[in-house]
Amino acid sequence: MSRFVYLDNAATTKTHPEVVEAMLPYFTEKYGNPSAIYDFASQSRSGVTTAREQIASLIGARTEDIYFTAGGSEADNWALKAAVEAYGNKGKHVITTAIEHHAILHTADYLEKQGCEVTYLPVDEYGMIRLSDLEAAIRPDTILVSVMFANNEIGTVQPIKEIGAIAKKHGILFHTDAVQAYGHVPINVDEMNIDMLSASGHKFNGPKGIGFLYIRKGVKIRSFVHGGAQERKRRAGTENVPGIVGMGKAAQLAKDSLDERMKYEIGLRDYLIDQVMQKIPFTRLNGHRYDRLPNNVNFSFQFIEGESLLIMLDMAGICASSGSACTSGSLDPSHVLLAIGLPHEIAHGSLRLTLSEETTKEDIDYVVENLVQIVERLRSMSPLYEDYMKKATETK
Amino acid sequence: MYSDKVMDHFQNPRNVGEIENASGVGTVGNAKCGDIMRIYLDIDENQIIRDCKFKTFGCGAAVATSSMATELVMGKSIHEALHVTNKAVMEALDGLPPVKVHCSLLAEEAIHAALWDYAEKNGIQIEGLEKPKSDISEHEEEEDY
Repeated sequence: MSRFVYLDNAATTKTHPEVVEAMLPYFTEKYGNPSAIYDFASQSRSGVTTAREQIASLIGARTEDIYFTAGGSEADNWALKAAVEAYGNKGKHVITTAIEHHAILHTADYLEKQGCEVTYLPVDEYGMIRLSDLEAAIRPDTILVSVMFANNEIGTVQPIKEIGAIAKKHGILFHTDAVQAYGHVPINVDEMNIDMLSASGHKFNGPKGIGFLYIRKGVKIRSFVHGGAQERKRRAGTENVPGIVGMGKAAQLAKDSLDERMKYEIGLRDYLIDQVMQKIPFTRLNGHRYDRLPNNVNFSFQFIEGESLLIMLDMAGICASSGSACTSGSLDPSHVLLAIGLPHEIAHGSLRLTLSEETTKEDIDYVVENLVQIVERLRSMSPLYEDYMKKATETK
Repeated sequence: MYSDKVMDHFQNPRNVGEIENASGVGTVGNAKCGDIMRIYLDIDENQIIRDCKFKTFGCGAAVATSSMATELVMGKSIHEALHVTNKAVMEALDGLPPVKVHCSLLAEEAIHAALWDYAEKNGIQIEGLEKPKSDISEHEEEEDY
C-alpha cells in the first residue's frame, strides 16, 4: 500500500543519474580553474565550453550568448536590474505581468522604489495575458517587457512569439523567465524574438545552484557581479564547473527526449485531469486546458484548505504543493490564483501536481484514489461544505 | 514542522461533527484568511458541557486546535470552559509553529462564540464573557482591517 509518488517537479526535479555521472570527474579529477594557464585546466575549460554549447543548442541561441548564474532568481534579478540601468537614458518604464514568479515581482518592486514605473499586465481566467493589453501599455519610455514563458503554479504558457513580435516592432527589449519552460517545451530565441531568457538547472533534471541568463548579442546589459573576467566580464566568480557540466548534460538529455517526453507527459496529465474532474465534484481546473506545461496540473477543491490536503497526501506518500496561504507563511493565498479571479476561499483549496517522465499511470491511479478519499474526508469536516449542502437541500 | 500531538489530532481529530439542536453554536474566522472554525455545545441544566463537536475549514494546526479545544471543554462547566484559553490549547498540543499561533486564538474565540450563543438563547449572562467579534454567522461580509 505504501507508495512514494513525487508530483512536485515544478519545485525541483531529480538530478538525472547521467547528469551526476557527468559531473563527478569535475570534483576530484578535472578540478582545475578554467581561467588557469596550464594544460591541466583545459579539461575543466572544455567541460564548460561543451555545456555552453549544449545549453545554447536547445533554444537556438549563439553559444557566446549564454551566461552562467547561480540559478533562475539571479538571472531574473540581473535581467531586470541591468536592463533598467543600461537603458535608463531611454526611459524608466517596465512592463511585466501580475502572475510572475517572485524573483521578477520582488525585483520589479525594488525597481519601483528606485524610481522606475512598472505596469503589471492582468491575465484572463486561464492565466493568459491579452496582447491588446500589452500593446496598450507600451509607452515611448518603455524599455523592457518581461513576461514569463510558462507559469510555475498553473502552467499556462504565454503567447511568447506574439509578445516577442510586439516588443520587436516597438524596439523594446524582451525578457522571459523560462525557468519552468526550458527543457520542457520547444523554445527558439530567434523565432520568438527573445532578447533575454532566464533558466535554472534543477528544473530540468540538472543540479541545483546553477542557472543561466541568455543575453542576445548587442543587448547592452552590464555585469551584475563584479570581479574577475569570467563570462566575458559580465558575471564574475570562478565557474561552478561541475554544476555547469551537469546542467549542460541535462540540456542535452532534455533536447534528445523532448518530443517523446512531451507526448508522454501530456497523455498522463490529461488522464489525471479527466479522472479528477470526473470523480471529485466541486473541483476547478486552474490554468489553460491545453496551452499549459505538459507536466502541470492545478486544481481547486471547494470547501477545503490546501495545507490540510498536502499533509494528508504526504501521509499517503504523495508529494505535492498548494497555493494556500498556510503554505506560504502569509495570510494571502497565491497571487497567481487571485490574479485569475479565484475568490480567496477557493484559492486556499488549491493543489498543484507536477509530473515527470518517471511518473506512471499506476502512480496517477494511486493519487486519484487517495485524493477522492482525502477530499471527501476534509469536506466532511468543513463548515463551508455543511453550509453549502444545507442551502442546497433547502432550495430543493 | 508540527509536534506529534498536533499530527495526532490532525490525523485522528476528536469530536468532529454536528450537534442537532445544540445549546450553543459558534462560528469564527473567515474564508478569506483560510480558517473557519465552528463549535457546537450541548449544555445540560447544570450548565455542564455534556457534548462538544466541531467542524473546521483550515490548515493542519486549525484542525488540531479545534480537536484539542473540544477535548478540553468536554465535561466542564460553562465558567470553566471560559478559561480554556488559546495558551491552554497550545500547551496541550506541545506548542505550535509561530505562524500558526493565530489558529489557537480561533479555537478560544469559537468556544466563546458558542457560549455567547448559549447565553443569548437562554437569556443569561456569563460573567467574563464578551460578545465575540468575529462570528461570521452574524457579520458574514464584514472584513477586518
